Amino acid sequence: MSDATDTGPVLAADGRPLKRSLQRALRAEKLRALALIAPLLIFILVTFIAPIADMLFRSVENEIVSDTLPRTTLALDGWDHKSGQIPSEDVFAAFTYDLVAAAERKQHTRLGTRLNYEMTGISSLFRKTGRRVDDFGELYMDQFVDLDPAWVEPATWVTLFADPAWISSFEDWQAGDRKDATRPQPLFVASDTLGTILPETTDSYTEFARVAQTVNADSPLEETPWAPVYEALYRDLSRADSAAIAALEGPARTLLAPAQAAVAGFRTETLSDLYIDVDKDWGDPEVWATIQAFTPKYTAGYFLNAVDLQQTADGIAVQPEDQRIYFLLFKRTMFMSMMIMGSCVLLGYPIAYLLSNLSLRASNLLLILVLLPFWASLLVRTSAWKVLLQQQGVINDVLVWLGLVDDGHRLVMINNQFGTIVAMTHILLPFMILPLYSVMKTIPHTYVRAAKSLGATNWTAFWRVYFPQSVPGIGAGCILVFILSIGYYITPELVGGTTGTFISNRIAYHISSSLNWGLAAALGAILLAVVLILYWAYDRLVGIDNVSLG
Amino acid sequence: MSQMDLPPYATTGQRIWHYSFLVICGLIFFFLIAPILVIIPLSFNAENFFTFTPGMLAFDPEAYSLKHYKDFFTNPDWQQALVNSVRIAPVATIISVSLGTLAAIGLSQDHVPFRRAIMAILISPMIVPLIISAAGMYFFYSRIGLQGTYIGVVLAHAALGIPFVIITVTATLVGFDRSLTRAAANMGADPMTTFFRVQMPLILPGVISGGLFAFITSFDEVVVVLFVGSAKQQTLPWQMFTGLREQISPTILAVATILVVISIGLLTTVEVLRRRSERLRGMSPG
Repeated sequence: MSDATDTGPVLAADGRPLKRSLQRALRAEKLRALALIAPLLIFILVTFIAPIADMLFRSVENEIVSDTLPRTTLALDGWDHKSGQIPSEDVFAAFTYDLVAAAERKQHTRLGTRLNYEMTGISSLFRKTGRRVDDFGELYMDQFVDLDPAWVEPATWVTLFADPAWISSFEDWQAGDRKDATRPQPLFVASDTLGTILPETTDSYTEFARVAQTVNADSPLEETPWAPVYEALYRDLSRADSAAIAALEGPARTLLAPAQAAVAGFRTETLSDLYIDVDKDWGDPEVWATIQAFTPKYTAGYFLNAVDLQQTADGIAVQPEDQRIYFLLFKRTMFMSMMIMGSCVLLGYPIAYLLSNLSLRASNLLLILVLLPFWASLLVRTSAWKVLLQQQGVINDVLVWLGLVDDGHRLVMINNQFGTIVAMTHILLPFMILPLYSVMKTIPHTYVRAAKSLGATNWTAFWRVYFPQSVPGIGAGCILVFILSIGYYITPELVGGTTGTFISNRIAYHISSSLNWGLAAALGAILLAVVLILYWAYDRLVGIDNVSLG
Repeated sequence: MSQMDLPPYATTGQRIWHYSFLVICGLIFFFLIAPILVIIPLSFNAENFFTFTPGMLAFDPEAYSLKHYKDFFTNPDWQQALVNSVRIAPVATIISVSLGTLAAIGLSQDHVPFRRAIMAILISPMIVPLIISAAGMYFFYSRIGLQGTYIGVVLAHAALGIPFVIITVTATLVGFDRSLTRAAANMGADPMTTFFRVQMPLILPGVISGGLFAFITSFDEVVVVLFVGSAKQQTLPWQMFTGLREQISPTILAVATILVVISIGLLTTVEVLRRRSERLRGMSPG
């Protein structure tokens, strides 16, 4: 190619440098290939990969606590759970504002259920308290109303706290057609003036007004605030700067100035006592520590639960003895998959050996016997085993007829580990035979003959010459069977009873019965990680391109 | 020439071992086939039992009946399940086959960037345990409003069938002589004509067997449909699953027998296609 340097770059027919032309052709080819692949790739990404990603996200997602209890989340920041004391009145006040809104939105039971996964009893605690929390602050409400009946009027609150711009847009809305779904109520906006002087009241009244608008489709102008707003007003007024209130104008000053003067003489109560009155568990710092531990938006809590640990305020701890089931389940899944894999090797090796040593015609015929179970519906095979293994089933009948088993002592072969292992060995055996067969087909018979002619016995020739060459097939078959079996759901569910179930049955239980989706997702993520590691090993060993189907 | 034949000089010990090996293999084949065959006579049981009655063993015609088949064809629950299965599986298969064949052709080109990564993603529905796919799809499809809909189940099943199409079609394309398409193009055929008149007929066996795999995947699938579907999408396997778990009725055996017959038909088709394809490519002596 040295003469190319003499005459400059080689040119293509159209006069461009050949190198550039070739590169362009290559790029066009790459683009065409990608254009053919793209529709399917996008399809799989949307219908399959996105769901898997969603599941992984759910296994760490924990926004429910901070979303439902935003004020409590902030207030608990300064509380030290190690102090052994329950949190301050401020935390209880913040919690009251959050809980009354959550109860109105019917979210407190969901939150209770979430926290109940971490500490048993919280669910009923939340339900019980949610029914009572809108009474908290009634003592102050009565005293404010006694002081000035205007405090019970919805209009008073709107004039005091609403942003004037909001009032005008709200009046516009009221003037129009209220039933028109395309014109939602403008959401309540608080004015800035009182926001700095009475922060808690402004905040809790805004929450109240918005809940009234969105949940009950009521107008703030027609609804008296719930009692906790009066609690906030009391707390704000007892701390507010009287000079700032005196500097206010109009109705704000005429209402707030006398109220502030009066609060000092109000009868008082402490919120923590009210809570403990509802349920003494609120006096237990552990409850608050649990809430505090789960305020972050993302948590490792589900993963910890999935391996029998739990997250407590003091860090990671082991679950109580009676709740440690997942480690056992993972161990059992592994053990049973190993048993199934082992039985598949034991049963599959002779068959694959036979098939690869018969004439092509005979082996093709026998291969049909392997492929038929492979093609038969999974449910068909599972129902067959259910029929065979039952106590009144075919196998027991035959054994009784042969006199091997007494009629009164029929064997229990179903709804236990034995049933699962037998049925799944049958179901997965073709997945062992096919890779083994395809490897054994390639082993030349001359090697064994050479070994024998050199004086090896049949056994030595097999064990030292043939077997080592078939090991890649065993490896491929084992990984395939193991991958398939650890994720099995249907067969263990139907013939496994309680002792023969897998981790996948627990995942299904959490999705459809206990509704602990986070834990289901975490268990699934762990299972997925195991499968992907094995898949990677399989890819290294066999190459995913070489997977063949029958 | 079979390697299994005994040489004439074999010792008695070798003979014993040879025949016991054949017996062992026979027993394993029995283990593979017997459970499937045993349900066929049981499905003609005149009683509601799951075992052979004395009358059946005596071949008494009275002990046999078609009543479980009659139940299958008259019971509205089973009929609805059959209709649902027939409505879901073909549509899912068409999606998998059309997208899968295109992608397999794309993947078989010489220069595909990120081929391994793309292949891994496309094969993943076959590798990921069904319960995890089902969980993920349940969560995600609920978010986007596809949970409990016909479209949701079809999309999920199409995704599960795609790896099989990719694998079979890619395998067929390995033996495809690319100079044929070049020759067609050389003689003036446009890409569409080349594809439909030259390439497609040659890879058709692979496409059809991939399609059959995708069809059987959807037709047999129960885990994903249990989660992604609602009662309105109850398929045949779903009905069998609930039947086996709750009120176990011998109608299941009749359905199972019908499904076995269908799978024998599918298996035969795939085998015939595979052999035809190997013969076309000159890879098989038989």
